Amino acid sequence: MWNYTDKVKEYFMHPKNVGVITDADAVGDVGSITCGDALKLMLKVEDSTEKIIDAKFKTFGCGSAIASSSALTEMIIGKTIKEAEKITNQDIADYLGGLPKEKMHCSVLGREALETAIANYRGIDLKQLKEDEGPLVCQCFGIHEKFIEKIVMENSLKTVEEVTNYTKAGGGCQSCHPAIEDIIEKVWKDKGKYLHVREEAPKHKPAMTNLQKISLITETIDKEIRPSLVQDGGDLELIDIVGNEVFIALRGQCASCTSATYTTENVEVKLREMVSPDIVVHLQND
Amino acid sequence: MKNVIYMDNNATTKVDEEVFEEMKPYFTSLYGNPSSMHTFGGQVGKKIDEARERVARLIGAQYPTEIIFTSCGTESNSTAVYSALQAYPDRKEIITTRVEHPAIMSLAPHLEKQGIAVVQLKVDKYGNLDLNEYDRYLNEDTALVTVMTANNETGVIFPVEKMAQMAKEKGVLFHTDAVQAAGKVPINMNNSVIDMLSISGHKLHAPKGVGALYLRRGTRFRPFLRGGHQERNRRSGTENVTSIIGLGKAVEIAQNHIDEENTRVKEMRDRLEDEILKRVPRTILNGDKKKRLPNTSNISFEFIEGEGILLLLNELGIAASSGSACTSGSLEPSHVLRAMGVPFTAAHGSIRFSLSRYNTMKEVDYVIENLPPVIERLRSISPYWQDGRPTIEFEPQYS
Repeated sequence: MWNYTDKVKEYFMHPKNVGVITDADAVGDVGSITCGDALKLMLKVEDSTEKIIDAKFKTFGCGSAIASSSALTEMIIGKTIKEAEKITNQDIADYLGGLPKEKMHCSVLGREALETAIANYRGIDLKQLKEDEGPLVCQCFGIHEKFIEKIVMENSLKTVEEVTNYTKAGGGCQSCHPAIEDIIEKVWKDKGKYLHVREEAPKHKPAMTNLQKISLITETIDKEIRPSLVQDGGDLELIDIVGNEVFIALRGQCASCTSATYTTENVEVKLREMVSPDIVVHLQND
Repeated sequence: MKNVIYMDNNATTKVDEEVFEEMKPYFTSLYGNPSSMHTFGGQVGKKIDEARERVARLIGAQYPTEIIFTSCGTESNSTAVYSALQAYPDRKEIITTRVEHPAIMSLAPHLEKQGIAVVQLKVDKYGNLDLNEYDRYLNEDTALVTVMTANNETGVIFPVEKMAQMAKEKGVLFHTDAVQAAGKVPINMNNSVIDMLSISGHKLHAPKGVGALYLRRGTRFRPFLRGGHQERNRRSGTENVTSIIGLGKAVEIAQNHIDEENTRVKEMRDRLEDEILKRVPRTILNGDKKKRLPNTSNISFEFIEGEGILLLLNELGIAASSGSACTSGSLEPSHVLRAMGVPFTAAHGSIRFSLSRYNTMKEVDYVIENLPPVIERLRSISPYWQDGRPTIEFEPQYS
């Protein structure tokens, strides 16, 4: 049971400004159904004054996501675009009397929608925005570096857990935790403070990005493992890599080989040696 | 708190009044230690023996001494897994499934660090296992197979007896987490080759904080808790006397009502489920419709999030649960639904109703009447829904 404030409950039970503005001057669509929350924010803006005269929303998400969206519309109606732009995710949370820490990402979603809508109003190409996002950090939730940087900066976040609470990044397979730690350290370093957020020093090799890991796994399989299998009339296919889990299938002679488990084990031993000691290899049968 | 329509019995259950009555004297009057030499304690020991016999009867165990009382289902599960690994130190693999309860699931990363390979069998979209895959993984290095009898989220029942038979042929120990199944479907260890089986008190109208592990006579065993001689040295620590007595009474009652679970409770579940699926568009039943516990129904409502549904049901005095991410504090929806490949559009909006013999048809009808407006209300807020149907044009510009 979440400890929601009365205001969050009220805004969830009786949300204000739910709906669609068909002739909206600005629209901000953020989130996705896969990630568990999505928000469509629509604004009506008075041309001469740039004042937001109406705002409506539709939200897919939990109680606090709906409450945050509704609160946001209330906060921005009557404000000019310039004034609205200054609203932070913390302002949204404060307006609701606070959110449980695990739910802070709901306020961030609101802030993101507002930002997207304003960019849309100003005619900024969203594809351009997307290109400026920096590398993908969290594959599970599709969160990019620049976004994490910004949220860490704006909310003075210091731990991976906080980053997950605010952005969802790192909330899935957790393989991006070292990368998030790097971002936190970088942001604070830029602020002139040296933080050491990593709880324990990396035991083995320095953390790799997912891309580096994937290419190293592919390379190891191609150069170190497959040649000997091919020699025995077999082969191996790399099916997928999820975090530290590698899914393979055996082909040719290997597929029917009774020592398939043995082969899988060898692949694992090699990958653990060459890539990371945390690799787990799964044999997939068609 | 107003009257609650409680449909969350796979989470926990009400302690039966008769169970509570049976426990009462053992708090303040008959508080002796069952291990004591004096009659004052000894009479408590007799009552524990009675509870042991009752549990043995529920699951058809041949000998009451095959029952070890524990503190919960989780302890029973951990005991079984670590016992097998210690008893067969040369065997470095265990086989389990991708849909186990966290009480088994969470052991995997811990075991892997100790050099134990954990094979997690996959399930199909109905939540069923592929026994050919299972057969391929069984080998002389397998220390233990641990597979739940019935799934807590979907109620799907696994063919554990057949799987135990297959394990036995390869000389491999078999454990099953029967926490959800015990008391709802008949279990007969006398006619089985299952070596170990876990049950939990609070899922069958006994109090929380008590469980049991069935350990077939002759099975190699290493205790999880060491200390005094309680439970024949297999589980040390002074017995949780009152709860064990409560468990004994609860299983006796469960045994007397097992037909009711599969008739009246099932009828209520079926009516609830059929009506919801009929009245609410874009709903999906999760799990095999036939091979299922009689009390459980897991339904996905597409395009909305489960937490909102639960909060609104809560306002109506209805208690259920969800496999959505938002309700658990995790960010990803239920591992069970994901393993079954339920699409995210549906996994986030899954609701589990789990009934018990304390529910009534009147309550079922109340839920049937009040649930559809809740779904409609949340869908009217969802960007994926417009005018009674899913929208196609909603494409987030970036996420």
